[in-house]
Amino acid sequence: MSIWDNLGLVYALLGAAAAVFLAGAGSALGVGIAGQAASGVVTEDPSKFAKVLVMQLLPGTQGIYGLLVGFITLSKIGLLGGGAAELTPQTGLLILAACLPVGIVGLISGKSQGQCSAAAIGIIAKKPDQFGKAMLFPAMVETYAILSLLISILAVTAIQV
Amino acid sequence: MAVLQMQRISICALKKDRKAILEKIQSMGIMEMSQVAEDEDGFEKMDTISARQSFEKKASLSESALDILDAYAPEKKSMFASLEGKKLVESDQFAKITAKKEEILEKAERIVACNKEIAEHKAESAKLENQIEALVPWLSLDVPMNCKGTGKTAMLLGTMPGETTLESVYEQIQTGEAQTDAVDVEIINSDQDATYLAVLCLKADAGAVEEALRAAGFAKPSQTVHAVPAKETAELKTKIEQLNKKIEEIEEEIKGCAKFREELKVIGDYYRMRAKKYEILGTLPQSQRTFVISGYIPKKAAGAVEKAIGEHYDCVIDIDELKEDEEPPTVLQNNAFSSSVEGVLEAYGLPHKGEFDPTTIMSFFYVFFFGMMLSDAAYGAIVAIACFVVLKKYPRMSASMHKSIKLFMFCGLSTIVWGILFSGYFGDAVDVIGRTFFGVEVSVPPLWFAPLNDPMKLLIYSMAFGLVHLFVGLGIKGYMQIKDKQYLDFFCDVVLWFIFLIGLIMMLIPSDIFASIAQVKIVFPPVLNTLAKALSIIGAVGLLLMSGRSSKNPVLRLALGAYDIYNITGWLSDVLSYSRLLALGLATGVIASVVNQMGSMLGGGIVGAIGFAIIFVIGHAMNLSINLLGAYVHTNRLQFVEFFGKFYEGGGRPFEPFETDTKYVDIKEER
Repeated sequence: MSIWDNLGLVYALLGAAAAVFLAGAGSALGVGIAGQAASGVVTEDPSKFAKVLVMQLLPGTQGIYGLLVGFITLSKIGLLGGGAAELTPQTGLLILAACLPVGIVGLISGKSQGQCSAAAIGIIAKKPDQFGKAMLFPAMVETYAILSLLISILAVTAIQV
Repeated sequence: MAVLQMQRISICALKKDRKAILEKIQSMGIMEMSQVAEDEDGFEKMDTISARQSFEKKASLSESALDILDAYAPEKKSMFASLEGKKLVESDQFAKITAKKEEILEKAERIVACNKEIAEHKAESAKLENQIEALVPWLSLDVPMNCKGTGKTAMLLGTMPGETTLESVYEQIQTGEAQTDAVDVEIINSDQDATYLAVLCLKADAGAVEEALRAAGFAKPSQTVHAVPAKETAELKTKIEQLNKKIEEIEEEIKGCAKFREELKVIGDYYRMRAKKYEILGTLPQSQRTFVISGYIPKKAAGAVEKAIGEHYDCVIDIDELKEDEEPPTVLQNNAFSSSVEGVLEAYGLPHKGEFDPTTIMSFFYVFFFGMMLSDAAYGAIVAIACFVVLKKYPRMSASMHKSIKLFMFCGLSTIVWGILFSGYFGDAVDVIGRTFFGVEVSVPPLWFAPLNDPMKLLIYSMAFGLVHLFVGLGIKGYMQIKDKQYLDFFCDVVLWFIFLIGLIMMLIPSDIFASIAQVKIVFPPVLNTLAKALSIIGAVGLLLMSGRSSKNPVLRLALGAYDIYNITGWLSDVLSYSRLLALGLATGVIASVVNQMGSMLGGGIVGAIGFAIIFVIGHAMNLSINLLGAYVHTNRLQFVEFFGKFYEGGGRPFEPFETDTKYVDIKEER
């Protein structure tokens, strides 16, 4: 039996890792970008802290979605409860593929949403009463992260181990 | 559940009652001023700008005095101070305070003057500090710095570049014209940047010596003092001491004024009110003996105003229906439950003139979707109880704050219901605690089903709920068109779409795609299948022919119709957008499970229990806050983008009545 036949679990874990680190990196970028803009607003007017903090947090959800898929994957392949499942390379690669949407879309949308949040923080700085509208623009970007999360969850739960 | 009907009210009264009538209207606060622009002969507007500015100046004076008080004698505020709302002041109390307004304004002036004095003293003391700083290198000089020398000798004070040695100075002097040995050089101080010298030489040589040294970078000190540096420094220090003492005294005086804080607030509000009144007064057309006030008023309040003013003063009151071209402000009126989402509607835009107020319908969907996205009974209970306590504890918070907190309370209740349906109590905390600490397998069965075990089922339901939401939106559009008697538009834009969509859905349900998603094969009787096909064909053809009806050109008309059918992709993406109901609901549950799992990793026993408690509290607090934010944002999005996109325009002007526009206190009216 060659080593290639034993790599199923490795592939699956790689998938979980990719979901977490790609989406997490996207969120880190996004929250970072928005945080810079938020700090600028707070230096001028500390009373807007709560509002800009909410804006800064908006791109943080991608990381959570990545964590979510990573966790579902880990519990699926039995790494959490002890006694990892025997996976064929094929199943492992299936799980890896299932994890990719949330990872990749999370990375890109996290960054874009961060930029969008930074712009929305500009709205808050000038017109704090338009909070509701300002919040909506970053939320538009998030839609695609949610769609990818959905596909990843559906795919991971559908794969038979 | 409606937009209140507005009327125009015009009051023509005698000038002698002007003040009383204006104050009455201001205290009632239910009329938005909008003067009729006609310039009739004999009517003039009064110039009130200077009076208004003087009031505004006084208001801002009290404001800056309050700012200064806050800086020196901060008020103790609790974390929830912003929830407390304005303080209520009895009207006789208010009168008592405003009676001594001059005295309080003097206090305000005094506080502002004190602040200015402090600033001046601080600047002075900083200047003295600088002087001391400049003297530091010369401290070991034991003669006054401006000492010219003795009868025969001259003293030169100055600096040379850093790291100059005594020998090099002597050598440098020899290079000059004097070439004399009758010099004494003393290095007073030296640091990295400069060497500080005192040079004694014969008066006759002074010019030549200085010349020689200057060639090597000698420079006289920028400032000299008439005393021995050490003594001068001591003097400066006592001066600073005195200044600091004065500053402290003035600070004490300001702190002593802190007891006037409440009165300053009242006075500030008093002048703000008067400024507002004069602003309105400046817009009123006035003749020699009469004046006219005109504005918008909700229909149901018109009687009250008529009674309050008409019965007490000599005047004529006209209440008219609005003209066609008038854009009145919008006031919403809803029951206690639905009014809580008014803030959400305002964030998007109030309904414009003649538009349907969607608040009531929206309120049910809002609470429904919010609960579904958070979907954890324990989280819902925390939110609902917290909001309830805040509402009870701070009854005087501002109206908009009250509405939003009430909204979150209802959303919390809905979350409890969804949590029970899906069996979410801090995620799977019951199972984990039972397994880890008591070694028993317990779990609370869901009332409906657990989403993680059957995500496809919930996906179908999410989209079905979405479809209902969207159909209601389209239905409201139809309702508005019928109300405006646009029957053709109603048929083409609404009925045809309904036919088309229902036909398509009926075709989709028995198909294989649906069966693979829902894991249930639904078989319709053939009659229904035929009906489905018929409906979608009728709908599609109807849309193709009718959507471009505004265009006369038949080719263009068909093209526009085809483009409208293409909007079916828009419907598809709208419905798919509701999958976030599933995704966010799962996110809450799964992250909660992650927290529980992490907590249980320390095992059972005392240590495990403590660790579990810490991880549990922190983890769930984070999960709750992030998911609360997510649920709020995405519920808003579903309302604003998907639901409002079907029918709602907004763009109404909020109602801004002429009222007692205060910042700190509310005045309790005598009843």
